[in-house]
Amino acid sequence: MTDTPPRLGLRGISKRFPGVLANDDVSFDVAPGEIHALLGENGAGKSTLVKMIYGIMQPDAGTIAWNGQQVTIANPKAARKLGIGMVFQHFSLFEALTVLENIALGMDAKIPQRELEGKIREVMTRYGLKLEPSRQVSTLSVGERQRIEIVRALLLNPTLLIMDEPTSVLTPQEVEQLFVVLRQLAKDGCSILYISHKLHEIKALCDTATILRGGKLVDTCDPKVETSRSMAEKMIGGNLKTIQKPADRAFGKERFVVNELSMAGAGHFGVALKDISFSVRAGEIFGIAGVAGNGQTALLLALSGEETTHDAQAITIDGEPLGQLNAKARRLKGLASVPEERNGHASVPDFTLSDNSVLTGRDRLGLSVSGFLRPRAARKYTGEVIDAFAVKATGSEAMAGSLSGGNLQKYIMGREILQKPGVLVVGQPTWGVDAGAAAAIHQALVDLAAAGSAIVVISQDLDELLSLCDTLAVINEGRLSKPMKVSEADIEEIGLLMGGIHGDAEATRQAEEVHHHAA
Amino acid sequence: MSIEVLILTIITIVGISTPILLAGLGELVVEKAGVLNLGVEGMMLIGAIAGFATTVITGSPWLGMIGAAAAGALAALLFGFLVLALNSNQVATGLALTIFGTGLSSLIGLSFQGRIVAPFGSIFPPALSRDPFLKVLFGYSPIVYFALIMVVLVTWFLKSTRGGLILRAVGENDLSAHSIGYSVVGVRYAAIAFGGAMAGIGGAYFSLVITPMWAERMTAGRGWIALALVVFASWRAPRLLVGAYFFGLLMWLELYAKGGGLNGLPIIPAIPSQFWAAMPYLMTVVVLALISVRDRAGSNAPACLGKPFLTSN
Repeated sequence: MTDTPPRLGLRGISKRFPGVLANDDVSFDVAPGEIHALLGENGAGKSTLVKMIYGIMQPDAGTIAWNGQQVTIANPKAARKLGIGMVFQHFSLFEALTVLENIALGMDAKIPQRELEGKIREVMTRYGLKLEPSRQVSTLSVGERQRIEIVRALLLNPTLLIMDEPTSVLTPQEVEQLFVVLRQLAKDGCSILYISHKLHEIKALCDTATILRGGKLVDTCDPKVETSRSMAEKMIGGNLKTIQKPADRAFGKERFVVNELSMAGAGHFGVALKDISFSVRAGEIFGIAGVAGNGQTALLLALSGEETTHDAQAITIDGEPLGQLNAKARRLKGLASVPEERNGHASVPDFTLSDNSVLTGRDRLGLSVSGFLRPRAARKYTGEVIDAFAVKATGSEAMAGSLSGGNLQKYIMGREILQKPGVLVVGQPTWGVDAGAAAAIHQALVDLAAAGSAIVVISQDLDELLSLCDTLAVINEGRLSKPMKVSEADIEEIGLLMGGIHGDAEATRQAEEVHHHAA
Repeated sequence: MSIEVLILTIITIVGISTPILLAGLGELVVEKAGVLNLGVEGMMLIGAIAGFATTVITGSPWLGMIGAAAAGALAALLFGFLVLALNSNQVATGLALTIFGTGLSSLIGLSFQGRIVAPFGSIFPPALSRDPFLKVLFGYSPIVYFALIMVVLVTWFLKSTRGGLILRAVGENDLSAHSIGYSVVGVRYAAIAFGGAMAGIGGAYFSLVITPMWAERMTAGRGWIALALVVFASWRAPRLLVGAYFFGLLMWLELYAKGGGLNGLPIIPAIPSQFWAAMPYLMTVVVLALISVRDRAGSNAPACLGKPFLTSN
């Protein structure tokens, strides 16, 4: 092993953007056939680093060696020529094109369509990746889309495959399938650079882990030896705060009841909601898990009041019917909501923070009186939110769009929480937010519940729901599973419920049976 | 309606459809690459005067057409520089291009007013092109056949070539195309230049084939109809051909209703010409509504249409 040069050797890589040093003197090696984790919080510089390895950006300083030879990777084409393949976190797919066309676009050599199709089938059978080449991408599930990216990368016979947060949108079963593929690739001699912040995955999959924090390399370690906690602390650079949740909390009376809520899907890709029923008690945090695109968006719109239903009794708060009320009226009744898209839906990027406060607080907080704004009251309230939630902003007059994702999310959550809503419905509360901000948001939700509010959290991040919620249900194709206590939840069962997406009704039925027996 | 009148009508409709077919085909390629150029009318006028001027100077309508294409492409590249290099707003810049083209063509046209040029000869022998019946197939200007060939070429290019696939990819998801390693800006410049050249030829069709002489604003808003036509055809070249002739029929009905007892037919006074003039736009709105009822995949609209391309680095 010692006399073979590393597949990839980075020495002193630095990259500066206006105002930030994204990578600061980063050096590490990736050996042939090694699965190497690149670990770090959002903004630690992982993406910038791999963009330089893949030739999308150029380092300001430092060298890249490929099999012992120093190289300059001018563009992605040059990277692919060397044998570097990449699977992006946000898929670089073309919705309106077919699987085959998408793959053809990623190929540098011009290959006749039939020959390409043959090669695709060969790669698919070798690694057990199922795909239909003539399908249009817009009709595929997220897991299938990722398979296109993987096939596209594998067709070039890469000797280094970069995977940027590949599991963030997959079900536990899909993750297992992916790991089987990756392990086989590594066995065939392909090195894998695996970017993630999910520590248990890294422990399960990777041989080595390089940890970045604030653009600097903090440690290169063996994840099989480290604990998740020790790696997380290196990643965050301090002691990890665990959520302070009083054990054995008693819940109050039912505050928020959804009773057989059905609704047609919004738009053409919208999923219809079918007979959704659940209830949330005072002090309870109710989680709704599921793979993206299974009706979460429709459910959030239905609960917030952006979409109303004819059945007034379908949604009630403290016994009062809300079904026919719009979002404004529901807010007055004490139901606040935070949509998942923070830039443009939960806030207006080109408005100041205090104007954004007026948008959801105008009635409950009296920020607008007989049609006139009360800017001073709005500024005061926004200042309180900024202080209470440690939002990094230049003040209440900062533009919402100028805040980082984590800070904007803290502001949005704070804006709703300080209104002391009886019921809070939140979508993806920590999507793309760094671990520090995520912990603060989680703690705020727990504290709000402890004060007697009922909280609904809709998220695709199962880890988040398991650590945050008291009760959990899974949404799949617009149907909600039976709620289960998180303390008694079985991850296998949740995975099966989530995985119903591929039309696998059998698995869903099985999972429900498992649940039945367990209950 | 006698057969002679029918043939004359068909020839008229094909004739008035050709400019919007040419300009629409160019704009279709531009929009497929994700750029919305609302300057079609302006580029057509620039093409019209450039083609006319070149023909007056050289005496050859063929060179005139080449001049029109070059001038249209040049005007389009000015637009391209503004929206691609300076990231200006595509809608505002396109409208400005139309205003600019209208003014510039009027200015240059001052010294060409009243001049007359020799029209295109037929590319077919008189036995075919003058035959009272066969002229329905052979009696057109060469540009009409050029437009038809271009429909086939554009269809084939977009559907079956790698270049076409890359162009569609750039219009569908510019950031992804960039990250794979394609030059988004380069592809868009090329598409914009092609669109300008086609609009220029479409404009010169007015000054070299239909009249043939120069008159201010002689394209009379057909650039806007070409824009509507692209949407009407839901960004598909074969449908654009059908749509162009359908819009041609509507434009012919407008002329017909306006009066003069076109082709010796009686006027239908009940329907005013303004109704027919509005029809292409109304039909486009109807098509848009129909598209939005169906799913997005069916609409075929490029996902990046009109959005500026901004990379983080």
